Amino acid sequence: MKAARTLLLRTAGTNCDGETVRALEMVGAEVDVVHVRRLLAEPQRLENVDLLVFPGGFSYGDDVAAGRILGLELRHGLLPELCRFVDRGGHVLGVCNGFQILVESGLFEREANAAELPPRAIALHQNASNRFECRWVTLRAERSAVRWLEPGMLIPCPSAHGEGRFVVRDDSVLRRLEQKGQIALRYARPDGTAATEYPANPNGSVQSIAGICDPTGRVLGLMPHPERNIEPWHHPHWTRLAAGDGRTEGEGLEFYRRLVAAAAGVPVERRSTAGAT
Amino acid sequence: MSPTTTPGGLSRPTASTDPRTTAPDAWRIEIARRAGIEDPAAPAAEAALREAGLTGIARVATVRGYFLPPELSRAAVERAVREVLCDPVLDVARIVEPKVAPAAQRGVQRVLVARKAGVMDPVALTVARALVRTGIASGDDHAAPFTATFRVFELETGATPIDRDRLAAAAGRGLANEVIEDVLVDDEGLRFGPPPASPRHQLVRVPVRTVDDARLAEIARDGHLSLSPAEMRAIQAHFRTVDREPTACELETIAQTWSEHCKHKTFTGIVDFDGEVIDNLLKRTIKAATLELDRPWCISVFHDNAGIIEFDQGYDVAIKVETHNHPSALDPYGGAGTGVGGVVRDILGVGLGARPIANTDAFFVGPLDMAREDLPKGTLHPARVLTGVVAGVRDYGNRMGIPTVSGGVWSHPGYTSNPLVFAGTVGILPRWAATKSVQPGDLVVVVGGRTGRDGIHGATFSSAELHEESESVSSAAVQIGDAIEEKRVLDGLLKARDERLYRGVTDCGAGGLSSAVGEMSAECGAEVDLDTVPLKYPGLRPEEIWISEAQERMVLAVPPESVERLRAVFEAEDVEATVIGRFTKTGRLVLRYHGEVVGDLDLHFLHEGTPRPVRKATWSAPKLSDPGAPAARDHEAVVLGLLAMPDIASKEWIVRQYDHEVQGRSVLKPLVGTRMDGPGDAAVLQPLETSRKGIAIGCGASARYGELDPGAMAEAVIDEALRNVVAVGGDPDRTAILDNFSWGNCEKPDRLGALVLASKACYRAAIAYGTPFVSGKDSLNNEYRVGDRSIPIPPTLLVTALSICPDVARSTSMDLKRAGSRLYLVGTTRAEMGGSHYLALREHTGGVVPRPDLAVAPKLFRALHAAIQSGAGTVLAVHDLSEGGLAVAAAEMAFAGDLGVHVRLASVPCAELASSHDPDSTRLYSESCSRFLIEVGGGRASEFEAFFAGLPCAYVGDVESAPRLVVEGVRGGRILDVPVDRLRSAHQSSAR
Repeated sequence: MKAARTLLLRTAGTNCDGETVRALEMVGAEVDVVHVRRLLAEPQRLENVDLLVFPGGFSYGDDVAAGRILGLELRHGLLPELCRFVDRGGHVLGVCNGFQILVESGLFEREANAAELPPRAIALHQNASNRFECRWVTLRAERSAVRWLEPGMLIPCPSAHGEGRFVVRDDSVLRRLEQKGQIALRYARPDGTAATEYPANPNGSVQSIAGICDPTGRVLGLMPHPERNIEPWHHPHWTRLAAGDGRTEGEGLEFYRRLVAAAAGVPVERRSTAGAT
Repeated sequence: MSPTTTPGGLSRPTASTDPRTTAPDAWRIEIARRAGIEDPAAPAAEAALREAGLTGIARVATVRGYFLPPELSRAAVERAVREVLCDPVLDVARIVEPKVAPAAQRGVQRVLVARKAGVMDPVALTVARALVRTGIASGDDHAAPFTATFRVFELETGATPIDRDRLAAAAGRGLANEVIEDVLVDDEGLRFGPPPASPRHQLVRVPVRTVDDARLAEIARDGHLSLSPAEMRAIQAHFRTVDREPTACELETIAQTWSEHCKHKTFTGIVDFDGEVIDNLLKRTIKAATLELDRPWCISVFHDNAGIIEFDQGYDVAIKVETHNHPSALDPYGGAGTGVGGVVRDILGVGLGARPIANTDAFFVGPLDMAREDLPKGTLHPARVLTGVVAGVRDYGNRMGIPTVSGGVWSHPGYTSNPLVFAGTVGILPRWAATKSVQPGDLVVVVGGRTGRDGIHGATFSSAELHEESESVSSAAVQIGDAIEEKRVLDGLLKARDERLYRGVTDCGAGGLSSAVGEMSAECGAEVDLDTVPLKYPGLRPEEIWISEAQERMVLAVPPESVERLRAVFEAEDVEATVIGRFTKTGRLVLRYHGEVVGDLDLHFLHEGTPRPVRKATWSAPKLSDPGAPAARDHEAVVLGLLAMPDIASKEWIVRQYDHEVQGRSVLKPLVGTRMDGPGDAAVLQPLETSRKGIAIGCGASARYGELDPGAMAEAVIDEALRNVVAVGGDPDRTAILDNFSWGNCEKPDRLGALVLASKACYRAAIAYGTPFVSGKDSLNNEYRVGDRSIPIPPTLLVTALSICPDVARSTSMDLKRAGSRLYLVGTTRAEMGGSHYLALREHTGGVVPRPDLAVAPKLFRALHAAIQSGAGTVLAVHDLSEGGLAVAAAEMAFAGDLGVHVRLASVPCAELASSHDPDSTRLYSESCSRFLIEVGGGRASEFEAFFAGLPCAYVGDVESAPRLVVEGVRGGRILDVPVDRLRSAHQSSAR
């Protein structure tokens, strides 16, 4: 199969580039790590890329607000190129700070081929606990416009952030996201049932929303870190799992395997039909 | 909220005619949460004010404030608000024109918290750069317009406002740190602008050659030099021989270099210990052990910024643990943060630089439940200190992207006025980068943050005693870190390293450039042009530039042909790299300022000229009666009480605030078990994705042993650190340890005597276990003066262990795995209740301090290691017995695994007990060393027992499905039967 040409964007304060590159390469992506300064100087680099990844960290220290300053730089220096990239079928992933950056960039609320960004109606607010928290959560894939995610698929992985509480301007926004299939991932209990309270929902996100996509389903952002559950011994219970149960990798790797395949243009088999097309 | 606020988030300017306020000449932007959007910071602020004694506050709102340059147009300011400062969903903004104060609001009082002039403000710097990059303001990254931030707390106090001074005082205690921040009520005196410049420089010479001792003492005191009379006389003698007076720069350089903090004069000095003369305690004990053991896998020990041991596949691991006590006492948040930043730079500065992969932290604080009125003057409340240092470590470590994986908290009244903060970092580096060599002709290049007046005299301050006025006189010694600046330096440095662009590197820590350049040039010489050092703001005198402890700076030795490429590499990461001088072969340290020589020191005198006075040391054990091991009437109450003690209680509220997963290397996390609430003995990481080998990181310490028996303490805490790493799968024969001594004033013979005993014990134990010391750090002036009384902290030794794990897949966690397993207890329990938590709980002191049997303990560790490595199914869980003894270990294993435990005390391997020691209480609560509780898989008993042939090891109980902790006393009969849930909630009870 053709390898997904992947560009991983880093800047001052990016700090999850290591594990993210590793996860991408383990599933066959060809990864090029580029500083945002270089991409802003040479935006044409996006032209021969299939997948653009914003890893986690504290871009510019998350000063003022998480992801604010880099999101601003993207809107200023790269928006047309980013829009063209998505419209011609490119995939974008933002994890943790990458999600915060994408929210600030406005990409999630843009209709395919739209020239203008609508005023932002979604945000990632301070955690309800008012502090940074690192704990394992369970992600559940929802029926959404993300064709490569299997609805119901469960991904246990760490969440580690202080500003990951998904909020919307009003309920109409939630209805719109739901109806356009933009609610891609929710926090769940380990058994897959809905997470209704803390800490299964670690930050107080509305409707336990952990990740959303744009209307095309090709731009995906999420707060937790699947790239931190790729080895068999990453799972917090690995020493409890019966010996020789055949667990050869962490559950987060399948997330990247499917993403990279989709970005490379390989059809990802999906047993159920998508909520939106 | 201002009535003129519009839903759009922007507002019309609101003028005030209030004569009280003199508003600064800057645009004032205030960002508050939009109505209906929760303000999670408000409840915390409200609680802090209540705790500080304020009542009658209906509501608190937190507001973030920014000052923008007055020359900006209104349109530009509105753009800045819309695009940079204000979230369209979450926030509303108020814009107030320069020189205008915001309108007063009926029934609302405003507390403003702003940084003192010259205190670093990283957020303001980021905002300024963002304004430049978006074309809102002109300038460039390194010369962005001056901006500032502040915080506002809006208090709805209704018709009867709170007295302004009372409010300011309460806010000063609860919402701000007045060492670095000003607290203002209703805008009075809020200022805007860079700090005032120092008086213009002219070359200052300080006459010392002909003055008397009294005058020498005056010079030392007035200059905050922290130099002893003997040292001042040595300086006098030196400048008599060179026949001139020293300059201010030279005196400062000597003071920094000779400070206890940098020179470790006590440890390397001459000690007369009750007649036994010891020349260089460090060399005779701790270093001697490493030398004798002569482990081939020790790559670099003691001489560099960190210790380096061999790992795998051509890579080594480096480790360093630092103390950062005095800054943390004044400003827990900033002090702990810069403590982390400093030790991370030690790892960046070891060899040619290592990549940090893990942080550790250990805190020693006063009683967390201490009554306010019992607090000594000038002291922060222990709970405030703890939450402050935790937040400091969190914000610096998390931003750097380094997982904080190991540590501890110890609480004791002796730390109330002098808390201890230890921060450690582990790094990985290729073997070729393990050594450095500065060549004459190399350029002196400083990289990283700019230099300001922050942290002047940090090194000399940290070498002096704290006192009531420390807060005011030493506030300059507190530095504020900028983790992202350091992350940029890290990214640039490792790129430059791999391109081999420099030959030497060290960090700017205590003493700033003076120590860094002084160290690097020790073997050759250097000349520095101080006027070329990039400054945060103008107006620093050359000696200020030279000794400033501004953070996030490293010094490199760069071959001239590489300097252009080096600049480019750092520039790509937005880091300034500036040539400030060159290394020479003159053996002299020459300092120039705009061409004028302001210092010219003989490096041999600088590094070797310190006088080595003979210090008296003595020791007499405290006269305390041995309370033995009193019988417990109610063991359930004791066990629940122990689980709630600060040293033992769950640290989950701390651990969750640290990103302990970043970098994706974690194998065993700090918290393990079904609910991830079991306190693991040590963390295990996989440093290289291509190698199955791991590293285990653990530590040992006690707040109570040292006062009773410093020698036993040293052996016991070394044993504890080793227990912790061996328990999770670390190889005892591939384990290195680090020593961090925090002690009282060692000018005083009894303090020094305790240090001698502890050091000798370190030697004995290191030799017995075969574990070399590879690095260490001491902080030897931890006393607090009130009036004429000087109170030392309890003698405290933190030992950190770094161990290689042969295979991460064999790592063993402490949570019980399945019902039907057997429980084995390894090691002998003795009548050693001295310093135990059981006695502390009953407020007894005295007793025999635990001491490992150095003949048996190493055998136990090797046997356990072999058993763990023998394969899955035999050893299912291991937990070491430490604070709280067998009772606490069994309780923790049970709730971590959601399983029950049935223990029979009659089977516990136990030494002969005198009648003063109740057999049940001793077996349950003794903290004797070298013991483990081990879960062995059903049917694997004989394999397991074979590993321990001839060693103390017994089948003491079983794992049961009913989640209860059941204990049978030595005379039979249940003396304890408690549901696991109660144990868990007791363990969690002290979360904050």
